[in-house]
Order: sequence, then structure tokens, then C-alpha cells
Amino acid sequence: MKLRFAIAACGLAFASSGLYAQSTLDAVKAKGYVQCGVNTGLAGFSQPDSRGEWKGLDVDTCRAVAAAVFGDAKKVRYTPLTAQQRFTALQSGEIDVLARNTTWTVSRDTSLGLNFVGVNYYDGQGFMVPKKLGVKSAKQLNGATICVQPGTTTELNLADYFRANKMSFKPVVIEKLEEVTNAYFSGRCDVYTTDVSGLVSTRASRAPNPADHVILPEVISKEPLGPVVRHGDDRWFDVVKWTLFAMLEAEELGLSSKNIDAQVSSTNPSVQRFVGATGDLGKMLALDARWAYNIVKQVGNYGESFDANLTPLGFERGINALWTQGGLMYAPPLR
Amino acid sequence: MAGAARPGPGAASGRRSPWSLNNPRVRAAVYQAVLVAAVVLGVWYLAANTAHNLEVRKIASGFGFLDREAGFEIGESPFTEYSAADTYRKAFVVGLLNTFRVALIGVVLATLIGTLVGLARLSHNWLIAKFASGYIELIRNIPLLVQLFFWYAIISENLPGPREAANPLAGVYLSNRGIAFPVPESHPVHLWLGVALLAGIALTWLLARWARARQARTGQPFPIFSAGAALILGLPLAVFIAAGAPTALNTPRLTGFNFTGGGVLTPEFAALLAGLTLYTAAFIAEIVRAGVLAVDRGQFEAAAALGLRPRRAMHLVILPQALRVIVPPLTSQYLNLTKNSSLAVAIGYPDLVSIANTAMNQTGQAIEGIAVIMAVYLSISLSISAFMNWYNKRIALKGARR
Repeated sequence: MKLRFAIAACGLAFASSGLYAQSTLDAVKAKGYVQCGVNTGLAGFSQPDSRGEWKGLDVDTCRAVAAAVFGDAKKVRYTPLTAQQRFTALQSGEIDVLARNTTWTVSRDTSLGLNFVGVNYYDGQGFMVPKKLGVKSAKQLNGATICVQPGTTTELNLADYFRANKMSFKPVVIEKLEEVTNAYFSGRCDVYTTDVSGLVSTRASRAPNPADHVILPEVISKEPLGPVVRHGDDRWFDVVKWTLFAMLEAEELGLSSKNIDAQVSSTNPSVQRFVGATGDLGKMLALDARWAYNIVKQVGNYGESFDANLTPLGFERGINALWTQGGLMYAPPLR
Repeated sequence: MAGAARPGPGAASGRRSPWSLNNPRVRAAVYQAVLVAAVVLGVWYLAANTAHNLEVRKIASGFGFLDREAGFEIGESPFTEYSAADTYRKAFVVGLLNTFRVALIGVVLATLIGTLVGLARLSHNWLIAKFASGYIELIRNIPLLVQLFFWYAIISENLPGPREAANPLAGVYLSNRGIAFPVPESHPVHLWLGVALLAGIALTWLLARWARARQARTGQPFPIFSAGAALILGLPLAVFIAAGAPTALNTPRLTGFNFTGGGVLTPEFAALLAGLTLYTAAFIAEIVRAGVLAVDRGQFEAAAALGLRPRRAMHLVILPQALRVIVPPLTSQYLNLTKNSSLAVAIGYPDLVSIANTAMNQTGQAIEGIAVIMAVYLSISLSISAFMNWYNKRIALKGARR
């Protein structure tokens, strides 16, 4: 852990300025794959399956970027990162894009030298407790021992919430997701807190008996999660940003991995622009004309990714539905 | 660098030009100048490049963040009050104190256990000797991190929750929140107890000096051990009784989620302390054994021939010689224990590294955070080294040093 920080710090020290003058897009094209920072194992967002292939909503972002750049969604290499390692890994150039359920905040956008490209999951922080404690509300948690991962917005929101409500708590702070959830399930903590998506995912995938744990009704913060790139490289920023928007736009246009081949010959001008039959959106992004087609063909639209990764774990679309269906997901026009 | 000042073997041939490269003194000076220049250039290059890269990527730098509000809570802070409203600087201090706490207690316990096990391994009792060597071989050959996870799992998985806590002694509760135990209700006499203890130690020291001087002068021995024990234990006891022996206890009680009141030893601290102590003790045991074996068998026999009883022989003849062998490697073990305490981060004990990691991640200032960690560990290690070197010099054979 310390070692990784040290390596990253050395990375900042040794990295020649020339390397970083070069755009990330050119560097990625030259090396032939996208180095993508993901979670060490959060079911539904990024986790290796039984065959060792990474699966999840965040993983699909990585694959979509690879599909857009190379026309091949498989050209991704994954770097599993803990909450504490993620920013240093991105700052030092160890990874090209960070897609690791990371909350967009002003301090991360500025003083950490990062750029959030958008939001791929609107979330909020919640609390999970064992049902047998009989707790019904977060307001009853005074004096509780709470498991939390360090270096997260969660850790700060937690302290804020208890201060605002004049309550006290004992944090148990463990870096590795597996270790911190083990500590909760073994009873070391009364409460586990993280984004509600993380609670749902952890309860579904790690609890000995998911029915024994309840998620309290209070959502104490806004946690817009999204992919992140480094400051100061606008071309790469554009590529990742519009990759995310293309997945949303495809869902809005009704384009999916199943029907996109049939839609290539569509006469709808929006669809024609999307698949690269007309216009030169690809050229503007310094990508292939079929960049968006490749994303949808190989990865799918946002709704498909959500249904494949999150719905089986018991997630609702909720505010992550398209704006046309009462949600917050809204892509600027692709033209 | 001292080589430059010392005349080399060729320095006598003074006929050559004093500035020629053939002059070993000039050559030595040139080599050293080149080395220094290379180091300075290297450091300058790294510093400038880092600064440039931080600038290009608009990453904040500098230590200004230390005065900002930290905003996160810390699990345990036994020596000073800390809340999320305090600054990063305060958070770092809490982490440092937590590191000191585990390192200091760990060093003392590891030395005690290590010495006992080391002597046990030399025992003529077959069972004790085999038991000691089994312990050493087992503990020494398993990575410390694995042992920490083991102890942490033992404590947090096997012990019951606070509502079903085991109650082995009145007022002592054992649960997966740690060991809650009664502590004396705070009372003004506690301060005076501390003063009496310090006074006892100081008096013992003076008495020991006087006893040594008298023995050197007259040959009369003085029972310094029992006198010292009486002073160090007796003085506080007298103060305690004089104050009316206040025995009110602050007992832990189960309120809501957890025990409140009394003292508590958290599972994280207990696991870290157990892991560090037992691991380091295994190494210290071997050092102690080596130290005792290094004393020639003839020394035992000579002491016995002079009529010294075994305990006095150990104290006056064997130990002073064994310590000369033991102290230098013991220093390394103390340093190792202190540095290994940074593994705390894996099991959630809020030591300096854990706090610094959190701070680095919240502020994004990894270089500053790493610099703080390195500076702190370097100062701690150099302080331990300096102390142990001083002690080593004190016990070393006078005049035998080169």
C-alpha cells in the first residue's frame, strides 16, 4: 500500500515532462490498449467473474473506451485499485482512465488535478445494519461502531452527519474492501456505511444471509459517480466523455447491441450520425467514423449495461433512468 | 569522506606536482567532488521534475493543508482529544501517538518475552527447551502480515458481540469490541502517585551510585535490588494510603451499542500488539541465546571457582559480557518493530501511516504525505539508534574499541 504510494510519488518525480506533453490518446493508440483503473471487487461495478473476466458497469465504461479507440472492446488492461490508491495511480500516469465508482467533488476536480467526464451512476450514502439490532433509522445510531473505507467521501460525510446530529460513533477504518466488509459481517462493527449501490451490491454478493441485513432509509449525501481522467489533456477528456454520452444517447435512440446492425441503414438522421453513416463526429474526436457503432455493438447501450450488471443484484433504475423516463441520465446532443 | 584527510601511501612522493591526478589526495578529492555533484544533480533533477509535473497537472502542493480541517474521525486517540473538526496537523499527531503507543509497549513486551524464551531454549529441561525452539521456528517463519490477519480474525470472528459479552472477571467484558475493563475513578491523588514513583526511581538511582562508590571504596556490598524495589513500590503505596486509599472504580457498562466508561483495549490494537510482540520476541530470543552462548564456558567455571553463587555469577560475569553481543542486533529488532507497526494499516489500527494515507487521499497530496511519513520514521529510528548506541558504548569493554 505504502509502496504503491511511493511508486506513484516516484512516478511523479521521474516521469519526463515530454511524456506528458504527448496526449494520452496518442499514447494509448501507440501502446495498443487502454489501462483502466477499477475497483478491487464490487459486484455489479467491477469484479472478475468465475473465468477471471472483469464484469460490471464501470468495466463497461473501460470496454466502451477501448471500442471507441480501437474498435475492439477487449483491448483493455485492468488495474484493481483501493479507494486510497486510485487518485495517485491516475495522477502519476499509471492508468489512463479511472472508472471506479468515484464521487465527483469540487476538491477532486481542482486540487487533485483530475477531470470528471460525467456521471455513470447517481448514488447517495446509506447505512446497513444487522436486522437483529432492531434499528429503524440512522438517527438511532448514537454510539455505534461503524465500518468505513478510508480516503472516501463516505468517511467525511459520516463525520459530518454525526456532527450535525450531535451524535458520536467509533470508526473502524480498513482500506481493503474485502477486509472492511469482513469486519462488518463478523460483527466487529454495528454498521457498514458506503454508497447505497455498494451496500446493495455487498449485501447481495457477500452477506452469509442477505435477509439478515437492512439498509436504513436515510440517504445522507449526493454521490454522483463517474469516470475520471487527468487534468490538462482535453482530447482524451473528450474521448472518454463522449464515450459515456454515446452509451446514453444509444439508449435514448433505441439502439442496442441486438438491433444496431439492422439500424445502420436507418433513415433517421440522428441514427445516421450516430453510426457514422453521415457527418464526421469520429474525425472531430480523432476516432474512427464507426466509434459509436463499435461501442453499442460490442458493449451495448447504458440500459443494457445496467440490466446485465446491476438488475440481477436487485438494483432499481430509479434516478439512473433516462431523463425521458423521469431519471437524471441526459446526454448532450451528438452533432 | 574521512579518507581525504588521511595521507595515502603515495603522499610521501612529494616531487610530483601537488595538483596532478597522480596525487592520491587530489584523486580522492576529485572523486568525491564528482560523487557529490552527481548526488546533488540527481536530487535537483527529481525535485525540479516533480515540481514541474505537479505544476503541469495543476495538482496542489505544499504543506498548507496541515492547517485545514481534517473532517474525518479516528477510531482511537487515548492521549489527546480529537474530533473531525480538528486540523490535519492534529490528526497526524494522533497517528504519531498511536504509533508510539504500540511501538513502546511492543518493545518492552518483546524484550521480556524474547529474553525468557531465549533463556528457555538454553534450559536443561527438555520440554521447555523444545517448546521454546518450536515457538521460535513457527513464529519466525510466517510473514508478519499473515500473523496480524490471524490475530485480528481470532479476535473479531471468535468473540461474541457486546450484548453477549463474556464476563470472566467482575467488571471485565470480553467482546468483539475489545476488552473493556474498570479503571480507577480519576482522583487528585493519581498525580501524586506519579510524582512518588518518579521520586522513588530517582532516589534508587542516587542510592545505587552511592552503593557502587562505597563498594569500590570499602568492599562492602549493599542490597540495592531490594532497597530499590522498596523505594519504587513503597513510596507510591505510602502516598496512596496517606490519601485514604480511594478505590472507586469507573466500571464499563453496556449502553446501547457498546460499553461506555472504563478503559478499553480495541481488537485492532490488541491484534497489532500481539502480532508485533510475538514476532519480534522470536528474533530477540535467538539474539539472547546467541549472546549467552557467546560467553566462554570457562567464564561460568571461573565464576563458580571464585565462589560466586549462580545468580551473582550471571549478574556480575555472564550478563555484562553477553550484553555486548546482544545490544547491537537488539537495536535492529527495536527498529524493525517500530517500522513494522506501519502494517497496522491492514487491520485498521489508526497509526501514523493509516492517518497519512487517509490525509493523502482526501487532499491528493501524496508527495507531502510520504515526506511526513519518511521524516517521522527516520527520526524515530535515528533516535532509537542513538539511544542504543549510547547504551552500547556504556556497556562496551573500556579500551577495547577501535
